[in-house]
Amino acid sequence: MKKVCVISGKLAFIKVGLSKIGLGNMELNNKALGRLIRTLALPVFLQVAPHQAVAATLYEDLGGDEGVAGVVDQFLWNLADDERVNEYFVETNLDRFRSKLIEYICQVAQGPCAYTGDDMARTHANMNVTESAFNVTVESLILAMETRNIPTGVQNRLLKALAVSYSDVVEE
Amino acid sequence: MRKMKVRSLLKISLLSAAFTLFSASHTFADSRILATGGASTIEGAAGGGIVPWAVLAGYGSGDEWGTAAFSTQLRIEDYSLDTVGAAVSYNNRIELSYARQNFDLGTLGDALGMPGHRFRQDVFGMKYRLAGDLIFNRMPQITLGLQHKKHLDFAVPTAVGALRDSDNEIYLSAAKLWLAGLFDRNVFLNVTGRYSRANQAGLLGFGGDLNDDKELLLEASTGLFLTRKLALGVEYREHAENLGFSAQDDWHDVFVGYFVNKHLSLVGAFADLGTVATLPDQKGWYMSFAFAY
Repeated sequence: MKKVCVISGKLAFIKVGLSKIGLGNMELNNKALGRLIRTLALPVFLQVAPHQAVAATLYEDLGGDEGVAGVVDQFLWNLADDERVNEYFVETNLDRFRSKLIEYICQVAQGPCAYTGDDMARTHANMNVTESAFNVTVESLILAMETRNIPTGVQNRLLKALAVSYSDVVEE
Repeated sequence: MRKMKVRSLLKISLLSAAFTLFSASHTFADSRILATGGASTIEGAAGGGIVPWAVLAGYGSGDEWGTAAFSTQLRIEDYSLDTVGAAVSYNNRIELSYARQNFDLGTLGDALGMPGHRFRQDVFGMKYRLAGDLIFNRMPQITLGLQHKKHLDFAVPTAVGALRDSDNEIYLSAAKLWLAGLFDRNVFLNVTGRYSRANQAGLLGFGGDLNDDKELLLEASTGLFLTRKLALGVEYREHAENLGFSAQDDWHDVFVGYFVNKHLSLVGAFADLGTVATLPDQKGWYMSFAFAY
């Protein structure tokens, strides 16, 4: 009830304002005024709303194509340098691995890509990925994101999105 | 005071040296992710400051060993507690730990006509990870722990009604880290249930004139990782009321943990221990340094 009073109070105030600028003779009922306010307000809403209401995807926060590729490249360098895990990749076609991984991360991060590789269980079957190797790999990715200056919150979101496939990757 | 600090630093460096030697003959590695070894508790087990966590010391997994050597200092209104100790873990499965606590009676010592008097306590600990994983399993990491505590200066605790100078405690801990759990930051929660009749965690012995039965006591820690190296959190530890001569309050603290790297972590906290041996409002600062390998 109080709210209604406040609103009609505001309408009265606006009516006075409109009359001052020469629109006073127009018979404006509250309904018409409401329409007018909406019409005036709409463009303002349209300018603000798309940025505030629609959150950027993780893919965008990672820096899009360039950002994801940068992280993946650094990640691959880290893995190659790490004697604890690089033996897993001796027979890997690195070009294919790189492009599929970029695609995979892009898809997982709600980017505009469709992953065309095998699913995680199939990819890691017979690789005997141990818990240690998994942890080392996760940390390589974290360090790659650090190197590429990905903010902490964005790093965490990507790790969360990737972590769901843990059970498909690690040999229990 | 300075002498004590020098002594504890010396102990720490001896421990570190011992572990370096130990590491030469074993596969030590640090495959686990930063901070997943927790800090060191005042009782030696991996955890926060006052609550043992379901995590295991160091950063080993697979066939690797992990270790931590640490020193903690607690300075509250009328007392101080210094601890040094170490823990080793294997395969992220089993952990053995030891801590020597020195509890300086401070004001109470003066009042008793025993200035500078202190209680020493040894804590031998063991942990076994039963199930789960801190981060990657749906099931939280669940660990069963045992602590054997031995009070070495029992005259005063006996005089105020404590019945035992040593005891065993069993506890069950569950811990979980949620990636991007809150404000896109990682959130950590550990809950521990301990079956104990300790007075002030054993610093005033075990059991007493009011009660000599073990009770299930609740302990919990929760934290938020602002970055992968920096965590803010709070802890709570429940205590039983066994002694008639003084109330015993639950302990609380607010902490900041900084994991510099996998070899060094620092914890600073503001702790509130409530009433300790008749003296109320025992609040103050806590610092912990841990070296892990």
